[in-house]
Amino acid sequence: MDATTKKQLQTTACKVRMGVIEGTFNAKSGHPGGSLSISDLLTYLYFAKMHVDPAQPEMADRDRLVLSKGHCAPALYAVLAERGFFSADELKSLRHIGAMLQGHPCIHIPGVDMSSGSLGQGISAACGMALSGKLDNAAYKVYTVLGDGEIEEGQVWEAAMFAAHYKLDNLVAIVDNNGLQIDGAIDDVCSPYPITDKFEAFGWHVITMDGHDFDSIEAAFNEAETIVGKPVAIVQKSVKGKGVSFMENQVGWHGKAPNKDEYEQAMAELNAQLSELEG
Amino acid sequence: MADVMKKATRDSYGESLAALADKYPNLVVLDADLAAATKTGVFKKACPERFFDCGIAEANMMGVAAGLATTGKIPFASTFAMFAAGRAFEIVRNSIGYPHLNVKIGATHAGISVGEDGATHQCNEDIALMRTIPGMTIINPADDIEARAAVEAAINFDGPVYLRFGRLAAPIFNDPENYKFELGKGITLKDGKDVTIIATGLMVSEALEAAKMLENDGINARIINIHTIKPLDKDIVCKAAAETSLIVTVEEHSVIGGLGSAVAEAVTECTPVPVVKIGVNDEYGHSGPAVDLLKEFGLCADNIAATVKKAVAERK
Repeated sequence: MDATTKKQLQTTACKVRMGVIEGTFNAKSGHPGGSLSISDLLTYLYFAKMHVDPAQPEMADRDRLVLSKGHCAPALYAVLAERGFFSADELKSLRHIGAMLQGHPCIHIPGVDMSSGSLGQGISAACGMALSGKLDNAAYKVYTVLGDGEIEEGQVWEAAMFAAHYKLDNLVAIVDNNGLQIDGAIDDVCSPYPITDKFEAFGWHVITMDGHDFDSIEAAFNEAETIVGKPVAIVQKSVKGKGVSFMENQVGWHGKAPNKDEYEQAMAELNAQLSELEG
Repeated sequence: MADVMKKATRDSYGESLAALADKYPNLVVLDADLAAATKTGVFKKACPERFFDCGIAEANMMGVAAGLATTGKIPFASTFAMFAAGRAFEIVRNSIGYPHLNVKIGATHAGISVGEDGATHQCNEDIALMRTIPGMTIINPADDIEARAAVEAAINFDGPVYLRFGRLAAPIFNDPENYKFELGKGITLKDGKDVTIIATGLMVSEALEAAKMLENDGINARIINIHTIKPLDKDIVCKAAAETSLIVTVEEHSVIGGLGSAVAEAVTECTPVPVVKIGVNDEYGHSGPAVDLLKEFGLCADNIAATVKKAVAERK
């Protein structure tokens, strides 16, 4: 990846993180930790990878993304706003009565391809979209983002079996391996490890990447493009709360909004990162 | 009724899907390893390229159907009612109902007429469960003619539909020449002034038989077939309440949350009259031949007639 593109993506991802903090602070609830761990991933997909058009969110041949870990909607919304699907002002009314932006993704929001958030379900819908693409010989790709805790849901493995059986090579599932879930470290709660071996055993092509390094992210998605006859799982190593010092690797920030002081500190940190990138 | 033709509505379901495959190129069919029993196997044979077996994984099947629907396909997801409405309830609620996707759920083997397989497979709760999902349409056809019409009506309706089919061969009583299926509209099969029997699915033909018995006892019963349980045809129900002042509902389903509950809820809002519910009384079924089970649980013309007679007598 050339230096200019990388810097642009890093800058955008930083703005997306600010959107996550803005949204959860104003909502006084929500899930900043896991939103921050997928901010780089979603930025890469919506700004460097996916064929989407904010002017035509329903475009038939668009690439699709199902945020199976739907509680990380603040990151998706921030990316969609940054990409121009709707105004960034919407983030300030996230989770409010009468607001467009619901606590979890809702298909009626421009740019959101599927309602999701009840864990384990998004990947199945993504399989259906990919299957339809196969039936129609359509060129679009389907991406779905899962949490590492989420893959404890049995439905994920029903879907994994289905995707391999129907050779859905137009489907890429990204597992956000930040290592933490509500009750603690995933290997303490009810370990889903080894994640890569499981997907391989289910007949997927598995790639690992650093979820906060755009070179690594690009290399993973480039490899995914070359795979024929199998769905692709990308397991990204990531840091829960990435970009905000006091949230990083802290399980307590899974589902808690920053208070005013924390909001100001987080925004100051992100603004400093932004100045450095833009400076 | 010795010469009455009979057919299980699950057969009507599979055959009509196959018959409609060419007319509706977006129609796709999913099953969860029960194609031979749900009869979607008939569609598979006719149109293998649009049939997808999901294996024994109903939760994923409902999600796949939702994903297909987002791209403009019209998926029919099939399995037994127990697994479609029961096991997969939350996926139907969150992945199909909430986004209001155009998925049709073809649920077969509903009710105790599943027979010998027993309580684990006899779903008497599906209508209750599906009724609670906002925007879900529920159709419970009474015979072959109605089941075929219901399948095509569901295809032409934009939104989630739960279709309930049975395993047991049911008498074909609708006249194929004059039958007209209108989604959300009840059908008055026989007029009457003393009492109204409102039935659905397999119980409609039993209600018609009961009406004949009641005529012999001097009771003139109106018979209404409610094939669409949600949205309920409140007009036909409230008119019956006003004109006959007594309603008896009959369904092969729990008396909690099904047709009887829907009718009682409607009647209490428009014309409060007694509503007597015949159905499965807050208990599990068990193994046995379907016809014997139906008799044992009072889901037969004899018990309908006796219950109506008693209710009419108590009113007077």
